[in-house]
Amino acid sequence: MPANSENTMRSATISVLVENEAGVLARVVGLFSGRGYNIESLTVAPVEDGRNRSRINIVTSGTAMVIEQIKAQLDRLVPVHRVADLTQQGPHLAREMALIKVVGRGNDRAEALRLADAFRARVVDATVESFVFEMTGSSDKLDAFVELMRPLGLAEVSRTGVAALARGTRTI
Amino acid sequence: MSATAPTPHPSATEASHPGAEVLLRALKDQGVEVIFGYPGGAVLPIYDAIFKQNAIRHILVRHEQAAVHAAEGYARSTGRVGVVLVTSGPGATNAVTGLVDALMDSIPVVCLTGQVPTHLIGNDAFQEADTTGITRPATKHNYLVKRPQDLARTVHEAFYVAKSGRPGPVLIDLPRDILIGPAPYTPPPEAPHRSYRPRREPDPASIARAVSMLKSARRPIVYAGGGVINAGPEAAAALTAFVRHAGIPITNTLMGLGAFPASDPLFLGMLGMHGTVEANLAMHGCDVMLAVGARFDDRVTGRLDAFSPGSRKIHIDIDPSSINKNVPVDLAIVADAGQALAALNAAWRADEAKLDRAALAAWWEKIESWRATKCLAYSQGRGEGTLIKPQYAIERLRDLAAASGRECFFTTEVGQHQMWAAQFLRFDRPNHWMTSGGLGTMGYGLPAAMGVQIAHPQALVVDVAGEASILMNIQELGTLAQYRLPVKVFILNNEYMGMVRQWQELLHGGRYAESYSAALPDFVRLAESFHGTGMRVTEVDRLDDAIRAMIASDKAFILDVAVDPAENCFPMIPSGAAHDQMILGPGKQDAAPGVSDEGLALV
Repeated sequence: MPANSENTMRSATISVLVENEAGVLARVVGLFSGRGYNIESLTVAPVEDGRNRSRINIVTSGTAMVIEQIKAQLDRLVPVHRVADLTQQGPHLAREMALIKVVGRGNDRAEALRLADAFRARVVDATVESFVFEMTGSSDKLDAFVELMRPLGLAEVSRTGVAALARGTRTI
Repeated sequence: MSATAPTPHPSATEASHPGAEVLLRALKDQGVEVIFGYPGGAVLPIYDAIFKQNAIRHILVRHEQAAVHAAEGYARSTGRVGVVLVTSGPGATNAVTGLVDALMDSIPVVCLTGQVPTHLIGNDAFQEADTTGITRPATKHNYLVKRPQDLARTVHEAFYVAKSGRPGPVLIDLPRDILIGPAPYTPPPEAPHRSYRPRREPDPASIARAVSMLKSARRPIVYAGGGVINAGPEAAAALTAFVRHAGIPITNTLMGLGAFPASDPLFLGMLGMHGTVEANLAMHGCDVMLAVGARFDDRVTGRLDAFSPGSRKIHIDIDPSSINKNVPVDLAIVADAGQALAALNAAWRADEAKLDRAALAAWWEKIESWRATKCLAYSQGRGEGTLIKPQYAIERLRDLAAASGRECFFTTEVGQHQMWAAQFLRFDRPNHWMTSGGLGTMGYGLPAAMGVQIAHPQALVVDVAGEASILMNIQELGTLAQYRLPVKVFILNNEYMGMVRQWQELLHGGRYAESYSAALPDFVRLAESFHGTGMRVTEVDRLDDAIRAMIASDKAFILDVAVDPAENCFPMIPSGAAHDQMILGPGKQDAAPGVSDEGLALV
């Protein structure tokens, strides 16, 4: 435990491979709330043939000691197969998808469409006074786009949370 | 009780038996001999199956919380898994305190709860509760059996999870239709568990590093906890062999008492909030600390930033989440305490480096000077009208119990009496001391003693109690009577919730809000009304005779000992203070350290 990092907060993207059984998500979420850890984002879905295992991706933050503790606590849950700290283990990809509804007319509407094009957001629904954009990317990129839409008639946002994988040949 | 029609299950095969019978067979195959339980509508099929067999004995308790504590007492005194059977709804919710107690103290328990039939789950049916939801943070793991084919496998898995790795309570919620309908039986699996495979063997390189760290020490100490007890008597034997061979000081946690013989001069006593001066100052001043099966609990460490500031720390624990949780350590060894200590013994002997004996002798000299403060000393007056000191009562209990020549087990409730018992009873063997450490559950001791007595019918089993705690599960006197269990209840009666009163005296200006034990029962007549024997003693000179009468009795016995109501439990590290800031008690120290607001918040 390096002494200088004792109080510095860091963000961590943690992937957890779990047995796909009833209550497993409640166990993970309950662990975070019960022990006072942060959840900034959480995604879960079955990832294997036969839907026997699910992958949970959690973005959290804390001191180095707290993050180590989170990993150890997750790892001792009975239905947990593996825990990987993607942030610590090297380069990784973290992506999320968002649906963004913008309501407006005239110049604002045209500007929203131009920006969406620049951000490579796709139009997945349109009416004469609204767009729904679909956008995939890092959380930062999504944040930036949502901020730009705010003055242009941003009406509603739905985000998936982060899905993450290590780069290269390494797997969980 | 609800009368619900059984739902026949389509997947039944001819070789199947009713779920309740399959359940009992699985329990039998897991070596279960005793179940502590209380019936109710949802579990009646299990009671029917119990009625039809003789392999498993059922002990009827008087409250579900007591069933879990009894199973804990049984488990802790035998090293086996304790088994509980309760009904749905209130049966399950009443068991929750016991489950959390077992979770905090890492005690292997399997708790079977009834549940409404699967088709009624979620409908707010009579005596329905979301038992798996409620007990998720109260157990190591829990299950809801929704398909008959999962029943036997789940039972086997529950026992595996309860006893492997860091032990703990596991709950199985059993809907009534699963118990009634047919289910196939499957034997315990031979393949390893899909995902839960805790590491047991230590990493040899880490053991070698531990040996070199310890051999380079000038002021070493061993700090051993309940993990050593949980790892079995061999682990305690390996610990004892190691400490004696190295000749270094050792302290135990509340949970670890008995892991090393208390009669050995290498033993410094318990450490922590009410630990001895020598144990706490040795922890504070050591240069290498070996922590085994202990979790750096706040009652042990005191103020974290002042905890053993100059030491390099080695931590052996089977639970990786216990390591670096509160205190950062220099060397972590994730392993079973017994296996790690055996490896440490072998590596220590194979290694040619020697401990610096001169430095060690100087360290012992320092420790002896701390020991010379006699921090546990008290003065017991004599003659008519002299109040009995609680410490004296415990010492007489200890000596007269030992003189009886019988195997003795002690349980406690929670409070001052518990700390005095920890300080003054001396344990030379593991598994003979059961106390609620982590959760601090008042009402633990009587049912726990009941479980111990079931496992050890010939032994002398004493619950050291306070007059407030004992009332929390007093109904179990009925269980003692029914099964003729000669449990002894030794009440240190100071007419206060003593520890609450002590904190109010020291921290809240002597405002004794709600801590006086008003309207107490007559414990003698209370014992008699439950078909036992009671006795009250108020005079020092009659104490020994009363204790002898209690020990000689073949019945459940309450000895109500009137003790000095003003006595406080010392030494004491106030919350938020460091190990070198102990309060030693009246006449032993001029100035007590102040308690900070931060410390008050830690209470």
